[in-house]
Amino acid sequence: MKRNDGRKHDEMRKVEGKVGIIKRADGSAYFRIGDTIAIAAVHGPRELHPKFLQNPERGILRCNYDLMSFSVPERKRPGPSRRSTEISMVTKQSLLPVLDLEQFPNAVVDVFIQIVQANAGTRCAGITAASMALAHAGIPMSDLVSAVAVGKINGDVVIDIDKYEEDTDNATDIPIAITGRSKEITLLQLDGEVSKDELMKGIELAKNGCDKIFEVQRKALIDFIKEKKNE
Amino acid sequence: MGKLLVKEKDIVVPGQELANGMDYLPAGGSFRDKENIISSQLGLVSIDNRVIKIIPLTGKYIPKLNDIVIGRIADMGFSGWYVDINCAYEANLMIRDASEFIDRGADLTQFHDFNELIVAKIVQITRFSKIDLSMKGPGLHKIKGGKIIEITPSKVPRIIGKQGSMVNLLKEKTNCQITVGQNGRIWIQGNNSDDELKATEAILKIESESHVDGLTDKMKEFLEGKKK
Repeated sequence: MKRNDGRKHDEMRKVEGKVGIIKRADGSAYFRIGDTIAIAAVHGPRELHPKFLQNPERGILRCNYDLMSFSVPERKRPGPSRRSTEISMVTKQSLLPVLDLEQFPNAVVDVFIQIVQANAGTRCAGITAASMALAHAGIPMSDLVSAVAVGKINGDVVIDIDKYEEDTDNATDIPIAITGRSKEITLLQLDGEVSKDELMKGIELAKNGCDKIFEVQRKALIDFIKEKKNE
Repeated sequence: MGKLLVKEKDIVVPGQELANGMDYLPAGGSFRDKENIISSQLGLVSIDNRVIKIIPLTGKYIPKLNDIVIGRIADMGFSGWYVDINCAYEANLMIRDASEFIDRGADLTQFHDFNELIVAKIVQITRFSKIDLSMKGPGLHKIKGGKIIEITPSKVPRIIGKQGSMVNLLKEKTNCQITVGQNGRIWIQGNNSDDELKATEAILKIESESHVDGLTDKMKEFLEGKKK
């Protein structure tokens, strides 16, 4: 089996992470997988207004995902869309299980994710960047979240599909987010057709891929602290 | 038998295992998950016998009882002021906790106006979201003149030093009055702007080199070099 860009079925594109890229935010991170680049900024915890949205039992999380207008080959009209609203929602749900927001009643943590350059797997890159940014903002969390998309292309289960593979006939796209330590799945979407065996194989691939991404996230956070020390 | 997986002053990330077994206890910034102790924050490990703690290196100020903070009057109601103390919530300063006696119904702007800066003490915290301040006590006052700088709250202990050694050195060498708020705001007042500038430079230098051993001696050299 041969992939378009010559990768093996379990080989991801080049992965890169960086923390502390936005000075005015409380936490920020950059994550790149191949040609897909995501940046995330975290603001808060801060008091939530209007007041009726507040929850006196725990803080709430708000996520905002969007593509920049120049991130795709044809200009994307700026502003929220049906697609970005859905992805904001799944991002929030994939991050909430690891966050401990009970310490911040009536408060809100805002996460803004912007895709600077898109080449498939943007929601996964966004979740990965957001999880690093939340750790940088000092919000108590039980784990980091890493995400990668697996898929079925021409009958083969492969990891980290790019745009070309995504657009082939009968392609199946499965974005998966997994926590770093406890290996729990916090996001699993499926668009297309797969058998049970293929899905299980895909999840195994994603687990291995997420281990590698987790290492990158860990290294980026530690490097940030070390760099700050050496300034 | 429990096993420790990290060393003192290691940098850890959320979700990292710190120790196995029941012999160790989690403190601030860490928690227990079945047999293991896990970090929940980005920071440095601090081990005290069996207790493992994480000193966070980033993040907002977390209010603690009896902390001296520098606040800004953000709003006022009938019975007190709302003070921005650089954390997730606004703090309350009631009129009965003001430095002098104030009649009910008095015009509160006569005592503290909007955007005024005050040095106050945290006297009560109820499950985080309600913070009460007091202005009664030595060293608690309005701020007039001088300048305010902001640093990362987690670096405040280094600015103060052991038993105030660092801040005393700064005061002595720069002839400035320096008040350090635990929330990362520092008030500097000197006789002239050169002194204030010198103190500001020194504090920013401490913030960026907070990990260096023997920093007090190094700062002494730095400040004496500036004097010439």
